[in-house]
Amino acid sequence: MSPLLLILIFIVSTVVGYIIIKNVPSLLHTPLMSGMNALSGITVLGALTATAFALGTGSKILGYIAIVLAMINVAGGFTVTSKMLKMFKHKEVDNK
Amino acid sequence: MSDILFYLLCGLLSVLVLVGISMMSKVEKAVKGNFLSTIAMAGAILLTLVYYDIISVTSLWIFMAIGLILGVIWGFKIKMIEMPQVVALLNGFGGIASALAATVIMIEPEQQNQDQLMFILVTASLALVVGVVTFTGSMIAAGKLQKVISQKPVIWKNHQWITGISLVLSILSIVMVAIDTKFLPISIIIGWVMGGFFGVAFTIRVGGADMPITISLLNSLSGVAGSIAGMASNNPLTVAIGGIVGASGLLLTQIMCRSMNRHLLDILLGKTTSTGHSKGVAVEASTVVTASDSEEDIVSDLASIMKSARRVIIVPGYGMALAQAQHLVSQLSDSLEQNGALLDFAIHPVAGRMPGHMNVLLAEANISYEKLREMDDINPEFPNCDLAIVIGANDVINPAANTAEGTPIYGMPVLDVDKAKHIVICNFDLKPGYAGVDNPLYKMRNVTMKLGDAKDTVKELIDMLR
Repeated sequence: MSPLLLILIFIVSTVVGYIIIKNVPSLLHTPLMSGMNALSGITVLGALTATAFALGTGSKILGYIAIVLAMINVAGGFTVTSKMLKMFKHKEVDNK
Repeated sequence: MSDILFYLLCGLLSVLVLVGISMMSKVEKAVKGNFLSTIAMAGAILLTLVYYDIISVTSLWIFMAIGLILGVIWGFKIKMIEMPQVVALLNGFGGIASALAATVIMIEPEQQNQDQLMFILVTASLALVVGVVTFTGSMIAAGKLQKVISQKPVIWKNHQWITGISLVLSILSIVMVAIDTKFLPISIIIGWVMGGFFGVAFTIRVGGADMPITISLLNSLSGVAGSIAGMASNNPLTVAIGGIVGASGLLLTQIMCRSMNRHLLDILLGKTTSTGHSKGVAVEASTVVTASDSEEDIVSDLASIMKSARRVIIVPGYGMALAQAQHLVSQLSDSLEQNGALLDFAIHPVAGRMPGHMNVLLAEANISYEKLREMDDINPEFPNCDLAIVIGANDVINPAANTAEGTPIYGMPVLDVDKAKHIVICNFDLKPGYAGVDNPLYKMRNVTMKLGDAKDTVKELIDMLR
């Protein structure tokens, strides 16, 4: 893909993301942030390709570390976000 | 897989993520939205493995599985009070993962598309620097939040200069790559060392109360690092999703800055607010408290006010979270409601140590989310409110923000607690808040001060209702 196109994608996604996220109420900002956190682990894709095509042992090891850390980011982020969101409930639902 | 199909699927997955995020704007749909994002992420990983024909590389699967398992276990163990430092740590992991991926690309440039080598290497070195800055910055932020390191701003000799130089050298490491590929090894080293140092230098002097802003900023950086790493690895999906994360972090940073009346640059430059005129007032205020009616009168008086209150607004602050009093506050709200009061919580945007933190803590304590009201929404209701109960909040209820020109909080949006008919303040002491501005509320006639640990004072309030 051409560099120009990639930069364009970056700009468009940033603007669209900004507009959509503006609608999230402050009530949910913490889950939003941890969800975003999980998404920032998308860098695992870059780590996967870079590692798969790396030849040297050293660079492979670095790549493996990157994969593990990025996946912790993804899995930890999504787990804690869903755990948090499930705590938001009506009083009526959980009458003691 | 053909290129066209790959790009189409990339676009589809990006849209899926956006739909997932937009579902986060309603509580009822948010869990599903988060699930949707998770699915999109899994799809993105599969798609990348298939497109690059590396799906059969076992080692990749093994290390993904390790990360996945560790992440899920950790995610389940996290306590809600720890959320700020957890988010900081996760930001850091994302950042260093981007930096490592970029490093791998830079170590073996011959594996890359030679026609675009310059673009790939420059973006990789940029991703490296941003990723490392995110990593060390997040580690310091997490350390401060976990109280492993001092929450106070640490300022070195010539801090400004040291920070500036490390930033310039980090940028230099990127420029060097652009000049000639023979500089690659040295550029990698400079990027790691100087970027890492810069991350430490800029977060170490941020004070504890400015953490919501710092975390939001680091969140944004972790997304940007991922996005640039996506450019280096020629993956449009990473670019798009990283960009979305970057935008979200930036938006939250803006919101936090506005609600704290702080400029981002001031925080990054380590300007702390003055604490000059704090002493005199603390003494003055305490004399006012002791000078009023005898203790017993206050108690019986307060008990009757609490029992007869029809409209009550509770204002929780970080002091409540520090004292771990949220479950008692939940009990208090139940007792008040049993007495026939209509009760809501007024949440200031910066209550807590990260955006929205207070809502999560109260939701955990089984308080219905409909009662958690945003500042702009609930402020008009304070004049009709019989009783406002403040628990561990100071600056965010300080009416001086509307009047005291020249103070750090002047112009900062605050909760109009002073308009309530009666006010109970359960704060630890009479010291001014983080901003160091005296709180005129403490001296008002219709205010009852309950000083001490929020757990004890809230319990007292509950007992009064019995």
